[in-house]
Amino acid sequence: MQEAMMRRAKELLADGTVNRVLGWQKGEFAYDHTPAVFDSADQLEQFVYDDFTAANLSKYLVKETKQEGKILAFLKPCDTYSLNQLTKEHRVNRDKVYVVGIGCEGKADVEKIKALGIDGILGIKAEGDNFVVETLYGNQTVAKTDVLAERCVVCKSRKLMTYDEILGEDGEVINSNRFDMVEKLENMTADERFAFWQNELSRCIRCNACRNVCPACTCEKCVFDNVNSGIANTAAADSFEEKMFHVIRAFHVAGRCTDCGECSRVCPQGIPLHLLNRKFIKDINELYGEYQAGEDTDSKGPLTNFTYDDCEPSIVHERGVE
Amino acid sequence: MKQIKLDSIQSLFKALSATRTLYLPVDTPAGADFKKYEDGVLWSGALNTNRSAKDFFFPQTENMMDFKVEGKTIEIIEPIRPDEDFVVFGVRACDARSFELLDKVFLCDPVDTYYKNRREHGVIVTVCCNKPAETCFCTNFGIDPTAPGGDVACWQDADTLYLQANTEAGEALLQSAADVLAEADDSAADGVKETVKAIMAKLPIQNLDLSAFTEDNLLNLFGSEQWKKLSEACLGCGTCTFVCPTCQCYDIKDFDTGHGIQRFRCWDSCMYSEFTRCAHGNPRLSQVERFRQRFMHKLVYFPANNNGDFSCVGCGRCLAKCPISMNIVKVIKALGGANE
Amino acid sequence: MQVEKKEFKPTIVAFCCNWCSYAGADLSGTNRLNYPANVKIIRVPCSCRVNPMFVLRAFQRGADGVIICGCHPGDCHYTTGNYYARRRMTLLFSMLDFLGIERDRTRLEWVSAAEGAKFAKTMNEFVEAVTKLGENKRLEDLRCKKQ
Repeated sequence: MQEAMMRRAKELLADGTVNRVLGWQKGEFAYDHTPAVFDSADQLEQFVYDDFTAANLSKYLVKETKQEGKILAFLKPCDTYSLNQLTKEHRVNRDKVYVVGIGCEGKADVEKIKALGIDGILGIKAEGDNFVVETLYGNQTVAKTDVLAERCVVCKSRKLMTYDEILGEDGEVINSNRFDMVEKLENMTADERFAFWQNELSRCIRCNACRNVCPACTCEKCVFDNVNSGIANTAAADSFEEKMFHVIRAFHVAGRCTDCGECSRVCPQGIPLHLLNRKFIKDINELYGEYQAGEDTDSKGPLTNFTYDDCEPSIVHERGVE
Repeated sequence: MKQIKLDSIQSLFKALSATRTLYLPVDTPAGADFKKYEDGVLWSGALNTNRSAKDFFFPQTENMMDFKVEGKTIEIIEPIRPDEDFVVFGVRACDARSFELLDKVFLCDPVDTYYKNRREHGVIVTVCCNKPAETCFCTNFGIDPTAPGGDVACWQDADTLYLQANTEAGEALLQSAADVLAEADDSAADGVKETVKAIMAKLPIQNLDLSAFTEDNLLNLFGSEQWKKLSEACLGCGTCTFVCPTCQCYDIKDFDTGHGIQRFRCWDSCMYSEFTRCAHGNPRLSQVERFRQRFMHKLVYFPANNNGDFSCVGCGRCLAKCPISMNIVKVIKALGGANE
Repeated sequence: MQVEKKEFKPTIVAFCCNWCSYAGADLSGTNRLNYPANVKIIRVPCSCRVNPMFVLRAFQRGADGVIICGCHPGDCHYTTGNYYARRRMTLLFSMLDFLGIERDRTRLEWVSAAEGAKFAKTMNEFVEAVTKLGENKRLEDLRCKKQ
């Protein structure tokens, strides 16, 4: 796939369709690839695409489509949902992106490989359904399915939502069990839920990675950075601030979050932040009808819409466990 | 040198925690972190904790004082200074070095009394890394993981932990646990050291070229064309700075509690748009400048002011944690060669 | 001998729409209907002005319960504001419930300018419900507690 992508990128650069390419650059190790913009065929020698090119590239297009000329973006199905949503919100100029959709079989999570007790990783080779991990302490083989990123385990769709051309195979929308954990929490008692979130959120170091990586968080100035808002802070000085930050972060993307899972992928403290977003998605689906952000570029979002006979907030008392 | 069998290590923890609070790395579903020792808590075998050990001396948020205003009088209330002695067990060589670097910042004139107070109450027990990872590059900064430093240094082989006091405080600590410790030959840990040294030699990023990072070369580095490319994908989050054992920038803020003012400090990050914002506005307007600031500080400004000591200990946390995998090693490789 | 226990009086923040519930509160006053004095009213131009952050900050600053009052559906001064508020607050309350915050600490009621009696009744009920829950512990900011 990587060769095909590089070849296509060089062709599109050469024929003037685009003047830049958005992709991933090879890292120091086998798994630490960085999103990058390439503007020449020479630079593309550093281009990489494999099981560890996990980053969602769509948010970079907010900045990139303000530049001169058209940019080629290699997007995975998840990323195309994000792009559609950004196009809908007029944050990205879709006309200035040439999207090559990439079929996706799920990405690997190196943290999961390390969690299996594999240390000192010097190289990772994909061989069929397995990875052969070369380490300082000998070679090991792990099944790809065992180290699939958590968000890919419950993948909602492998279908590309928007593209100008496709490389590889387009997939299908998957009827996944992605709400299972949310449901499990809903069925706990309020005390248990509180204990669960207290434990998770207390680890937050307020690095803002979840916010900054989020393709739906594109405010020019976030309220949490605005010193005049009275709530700006670089660290949670009280456990209340952790809760406020995460509730507001998730609320602000409610109805716009495509469930790409970047928030949880980047959290250095391993907090399952996507569960907050997924709770909103589940509620919206159940209360206002099925809605998938990023499926299209023209429908009204559930929070910018209403019906006359919407349920009252007191419905909270009738749902789940107290 | 002292020793204790690993299967009776709990008795050592019990002895250490009898007279003071003991913190040690503990496994959690999301990786290892320092936790308070209580009966039955198991010591994590992880190479490094998610957060560095700097929290013990320089916590993420710290109350500095309170003000109470009544009529025209302002009363200043000093916070209660923690006066509890504590032990941090299981610190790695990299984190142990970070305390020396933080000391240079906080203990020089004017002395940061909050930091000093915590420093005086803490005893550091380091442990030699048995299985360094590919992200480790401490040796570039003159750190020897087989001589991990701290008040007490430890080495572990298959079934035994060897302990060696390096300071008076360390001697006293070992004395307090003398009942559970046995004598050991001073060369008992040499085998472990050799093994680890052999592994270190095989690690991929041990020979970084740092020769370009000199004070004389400051303007060249500052003006380098490469910063734009390096910082291109940077999200401007604070992950690298907050997991870093040597990042020491903080902000002081006043919080209106409704019945008074609380003045506190909290970590700040040069990656944030509001960092060092003052009356005229913000000195670094773009992420390129903020990104450059972080690495120039670690690799040029800090050494220029501190006898050439780089403000990095090669713990590898930023390599593992950066959401977009941009890090100090990639910066050093791009800019470090003497030809830059 | 029984030790006299100080009765818990919750602090309630009520966000009231300028065009209906705020006038409803006024009416309940002129009609001499009682509602507890620990209800602190904040006037907003419309129920949809209430940002979820307002609700959280009210809790931070010492509220034990937060209630939002707006015009009945169909009667919004700005035609549709309260419909948006209804969706937002439903999701917010559900999220707070998800985090394990007691459900009875938050409420939304439609109270018109003519419903002075309903306003008083609503507030009495809400205060009673929150009193049962006791002090807000789960969404408190310790710094804001009076020592």
